[in-house]
Amino acid sequence: MIRLAWLILRKDLTVEVRSGEIAYTTLFFAVTCVLVFAFALVREGKPPDDGAAGILWIAIAFAGNLALGRAFERERQAETLRALLLAPAPRPAVYLGKLLGIVVLLAATEAVLVPLIALLFQARLLAHPFWMAAILASGTLGFAAVGTLFAAMLVRARSRDVLLPVLLYPITVPVIIAGVRGTAALLQPEFEGDIVRFWFALLIAFDAVFVTLSLWTFESVMTD
Amino acid sequence: MSADGQHASVTFDRVSVDDVSRHFGRRRAVSRVTFTVARGQILGLLGPNGAGKSTLLAMLGTLLRPTSGSIRFGTRDVTTGDVALRALIGVLGHDLFLYPELTARENLSFFAALYGIADADGASRRALEQAGLIDRADDLVSSFSRGMRQRVALERALIHQPRLVLLDEPFTGLDDASTAALVARLKGLREDAAIVVLATHDLDLADGLLDEAVFLRDGRMVHSVARPDALRSTYRRVMTRSPMPSGAEGA
Amino acid sequence: MRAATVCALMFALSPLVIASADYESTMGLVQKIFYYHMPSAWMFLVSGLVCGVASVRFLITGDARHDRTAWAAAEMAVIFGLVTIVTGPLWARKAWGTFWIWDARTTSSLVQWMVAWAYLILRKYGGPGSEKLAAGLALFGTANVAFIYVSVNYWRTIHPPTSVVPKLPFTMGFPLWYCVAAFTLLFIVLLKLRVRLEEQRATLDSLYLSMDEQG
Repeated sequence: MIRLAWLILRKDLTVEVRSGEIAYTTLFFAVTCVLVFAFALVREGKPPDDGAAGILWIAIAFAGNLALGRAFERERQAETLRALLLAPAPRPAVYLGKLLGIVVLLAATEAVLVPLIALLFQARLLAHPFWMAAILASGTLGFAAVGTLFAAMLVRARSRDVLLPVLLYPITVPVIIAGVRGTAALLQPEFEGDIVRFWFALLIAFDAVFVTLSLWTFESVMTD
Repeated sequence: MSADGQHASVTFDRVSVDDVSRHFGRRRAVSRVTFTVARGQILGLLGPNGAGKSTLLAMLGTLLRPTSGSIRFGTRDVTTGDVALRALIGVLGHDLFLYPELTARENLSFFAALYGIADADGASRRALEQAGLIDRADDLVSSFSRGMRQRVALERALIHQPRLVLLDEPFTGLDDASTAALVARLKGLREDAAIVVLATHDLDLADGLLDEAVFLRDGRMVHSVARPDALRSTYRRVMTRSPMPSGAEGA
Repeated sequence: MRAATVCALMFALSPLVIASADYESTMGLVQKIFYYHMPSAWMFLVSGLVCGVASVRFLITGDARHDRTAWAAAEMAVIFGLVTIVTGPLWARKAWGTFWIWDARTTSSLVQWMVAWAYLILRKYGGPGSEKLAAGLALFGTANVAFIYVSVNYWRTIHPPTSVVPKLPFTMGFPLWYCVAAFTLLFIVLLKLRVRLEEQRATLDSLYLSMDEQG
């Protein structure tokens, strides 16, 4: 099953590298988001205190929503999702492959966003790189796990563009809270290890629960 | 791990559709259809748009469950989670199931590996040779004409040597040469004792190709005939009269 | 329906019962909203639970009955949640001077209420095949309860939070349990009605289909 998930992931990355459509538009959108926040929140050259953490995660949430929608819309057009479901691959492998593709895409976006936000908002996001990466990775995984399942479910539904955020954001509230608070704790002048560890633990627990749930229910939810 | 080695335990020599219906809410897509098709036979599903052909093919491909009735592969009842059965089914959909951003070779290798074929690249190369597209192997599928894409899509559907082949409107938009190639390929499948179910509008082509014809209208089976000829006149005659009582077959 | 009559009577009598309860010392008359607020909050929780359990059973068995129960329970959750969210701030305004407090319980309830809304929006606009999708959403929403509570709880303050809501000592007596009974009855009556509505709709659909098959 891992082999198949890897196969699907590699295929998705090849397609993405060739066309670049989702990667470029998502990245551009995320950067635009950050700029809009800068115009909205920075007053007289001074950014709000914990603003950087919030802006980072809102940009990730919005960009992630866009990327998820586009990724599955593309599968829908050539009906290739159907081809994947017709193959003798176990359904969880298809889910896993798609999930990892989204995570890679978001990771690439974050690699650009973090330095950009650190620069624009004078926030020392890179002061503790290991913890920053850990929080980002676990938060992105949680968000993508729920998002991949919902986006795949919605491929056959009507009003799918509007429904994805409606379904996704309430469920990923814990991820956003943990991500923002964890990142904010990293920005404090004295490093508050306990707090960071607490939020990281919550994110890991969320990931464990929801990736497992998604793997279990993917088959049931995709068949009629 | 080849497709055959992994799923050798599943064999069947016929597919039986028994009083199968499928509805979505109030919309009746398929209503009490019954037929059987055996190895080495080509069965045609004929009918206008919305007659239920695609839904029936989806049920045969195990993607949809019938709301009543049953579909059997040999003696094995079809359920939607059946991984072993999916390995033996090849589908050529109306939307071709190809990734336009990948080359022909990459598309075929991907699906070959997905179906568990040990030497995916070798199978991909052989398929391209069979389709006569080996010199376009490394071009993106988005640059292909409809006929060429169809040929690649057909090879994709057949790359794992499926026992049951389902085709949804395969003749759409093809020129004469591609059509002839497709017909030849289907006859070859019949000789290899595969089961072929074909949904089409194109009655002239289907003439002489089909071993059995099932006529559908509004989800219902209005007529079925073995070894049909003069399909067009039969079609006209059959589509304008009232539907037959369910379960009975005419000749 | 006898249950509906009993329920209506109970609600009609409830103002009398509530009036006879002791006056709470610090908040006076306004505290009496609590007798509607608390039971509806409990019914909101119960509805959410029923929806979650029914959704899981639907995902496992595919039996349409569970799907109908889940849908009805989601509607109940939105209704009782609405009552809770309206009575809460009314009480809070008079008691503590502000309409809304971002504490753990109120905020988590708000988020869960939004999940229930999302369920209904999905059922309404998702088109055919949205039953399974909605069940998946309900499952995720239910699994999320602990996460939402913990994250919201520690979102406001990092250190173990001192309770923003002051402890309210009052007699948890007869009026409260009377209202709980009334609300529970209301929940059951409404749920059964709603499920029956869906059942009849399904029966109608299948009659329509079978009639079509004759001719």
